[in-house]
Amino acid sequence: MSKKITVDVHHLARVEGHGDIRIRIESGKLIDAAWEVVETPRFFEAMLVGKHYSTAPVLTARICGICSIGHALASLRGIENALGVAIPDTAAKLRLLAKHGETLQSHFLHLFFLAAPDFLGLPSVLPLLSTRPAVVALAAKAKGIANHLCDAVAGRTTHPVSFKVGGMSVAPDKAILAGLKNELAEIPELLKITVEIFQGFEIPDFARETEFVSLKGQKEYPWIGGRVVSSDGVDLPESSYREITNEFVTENNTSKWSKLSRDSYAVGALARFNNNFKHLAPAAKSIADFFRLSPVSHNPFMHNIARLVEVVHCLAEARRLVDELLDTDLSRNLAAEVTPRAGSGTGAVEVPRGILFHHYELDDTGRIAKADCVIPTTQNNANIHYDLVELARQCAARGLGDKKIELMCSMLVRAYDPCISCSVH
Amino acid sequence: MKYLNIAAAKPKVGVFSLTCCEGCALQLANKEETLAAFLSAVDVVNFREISSDKSDDYAIALIEGSISREDEVASLKAIRDRAKVLVAYGTCACFGGVNRLKNVLDFDWMNREVYGETPKATSPVRPVREVVPVDFEIPGCPVSKAEVERIVTHLVLGLPFAYPVYPVCVECKQRFTVCRFDLGELCLGPITRAGCNAPCPAGGLGCWGCRGPAEAPNYEEFLELARSRGIGDAELRERLSFFGGFDSAYELAQDEPLAVRPVA
Ligand code: SF4
Ligand code: SF4
Ligand code: SF4
Repeated sequence: MSKKITVDVHHLARVEGHGDIRIRIESGKLIDAAWEVVETPRFFEAMLVGKHYSTAPVLTARICGICSIGHALASLRGIENALGVAIPDTAAKLRLLAKHGETLQSHFLHLFFLAAPDFLGLPSVLPLLSTRPAVVALAAKAKGIANHLCDAVAGRTTHPVSFKVGGMSVAPDKAILAGLKNELAEIPELLKITVEIFQGFEIPDFARETEFVSLKGQKEYPWIGGRVVSSDGVDLPESSYREITNEFVTENNTSKWSKLSRDSYAVGALARFNNNFKHLAPAAKSIADFFRLSPVSHNPFMHNIARLVEVVHCLAEARRLVDELLDTDLSRNLAAEVTPRAGSGTGAVEVPRGILFHHYELDDTGRIAKADCVIPTTQNNANIHYDLVELARQCAARGLGDKKIELMCSMLVRAYDPCISCSVH
Repeated sequence: MKYLNIAAAKPKVGVFSLTCCEGCALQLANKEETLAAFLSAVDVVNFREISSDKSDDYAIALIEGSISREDEVASLKAIRDRAKVLVAYGTCACFGGVNRLKNVLDFDWMNREVYGETPKATSPVRPVREVVPVDFEIPGCPVSKAEVERIVTHLVLGLPFAYPVYPVCVECKQRFTVCRFDLGELCLGPITRAGCNAPCPAGGLGCWGCRGPAEAPNYEEFLELARSRGIGDAELRERLSFFGGFDSAYELAQDEPLAVRPVA
């Protein structure tokens, strides 16, 4: 048999941004497989040079339409570290609450709108509008509540307006927080149905051993700042981000690649889960258990389940934070005093797709001399590529047809929920 | 969707992304109260971000993003040929958006700063209307979903749509937001087109002008106001160039203020 199979996916659908999959198989042997990012670069790091530090969170939010809150937060933390500013407790709580809103909306978007259609054999969620309107209504409702959380705390779902260097500009009204408390109380019921839906999905059985990198939880599941840890034993402060990410440029990609202890590493929900399982809320742990996900899982398709687990965890934390904020005087202590000074600082934030680093060097007038942003999908790209090679090899060995291989490989890339325009920025 | 019990024609819509953050397309999946109704009013036949279906038969094309590499010109022209109505969707598409900030940089330096010794292809950023004719522009970074719904309803029912002619200040005052200028901060509300309901002044950020100029803005008077509140031309220029909609005001903001610098 000298059958030739070619898979050529130009601009993969149901991912953010532009990336291609190329596979060539001859007589059941893999000849070539590649994940290539072809997105147009925007040169954010160069644009930032010479700008005032207060512009950075506003500008870098525009790196990504899905995780703009995470970018703003990483930017703020990098600048605050450069300026030696510690933000007040209330501001930290508000920022984390906005962060949970973003994680929830992004995870819901991915689970329902981007991932679910593959498992249901559909091109998109749109046909469900007429066949299973209740599922679409559920997805929209859950995502809507998450968006309300962002609107209330960050002032807007996409491109936040209530953050500032030093803390927060404004805090939400208590009446709005009380409304959110009621809305969040509706989600557990929605989640029960979500779990039932996902229970019916067949998660492909595939694994390739790799290294997982994430923030390290001290007492809690980690989201903003602190030490960075890897499943291969690396443990460094966030300021050592360059030693961790080791970005390099490849010929066929506008996104850079990263590596640490091996040829590639993975970040994202599964990495956070693998490295910080013990800090998850009990309800989140039981969902993991229900789907037979336990650390350390090397199956990239399990990113989807890890997202569901994190949804349960974020929801529990968001409800706790809302309660605490309802008991806090929100009329004062929202921001610390800030004075420009020369210095450099790094901010690491766990955004939906994994750990994000921003680094800034400031001059004594508050202008940016150098900026560097290392994006989760940039760190994942090499890992996606090597996973793809291995999956294509196994598919070839099993003698699968081109349509099936294309679907499996597309699902693999989607499992990482890549944010490609973000990775190129 | 029925209006007066008459089902309106469902236009076929394609959504396409050029250079941008894809935040504007994302807004289409927001506003859960009306999401199902919105999606049933139109027939989405090409929208790579959410669907692997891909049809070249569409009447309305929404273009988000700006043009920043030569291969995007050909894709855009092909879309223009197929669509009856081409909509520049979002600030990147209407004015170039934040992407345009790179246009003033030295491209060799910029490429080295980001990619070292392996430079990548790139060209000066252009808004959609500089490459193909545009039928309609929806500004906003991101666009406001409420406004997009108003526009789509008008299009589907064949009614003319008009943007507010007044500036963001009008909506800002209606929300009782404390004026950023009274706090000694800069705000582009007085010269920017309303329609967003002024979220940025209310959030404490001030307006950065993502929707472009209001009707007949008085730039001289605006610059005088800002300077009299102690805001320097360097800050004004940083703000006016941010989204790309205020080139002529930017040209006027070339002096640092002289003696006028009262304490805020
Ligand atoms: S206009 Fe703003 S939100 Fe829309 S795509 Fe451009 S950067 Fe993103
Ligand atoms: S804050 Fe801005 S938009 Fe609001 S009234 Fe003042 S200048 Fe106008
Ligand atoms: S307030 Fe200004 S910057 Fe904010 S959305 Fe409106 S026009 Fe855009």
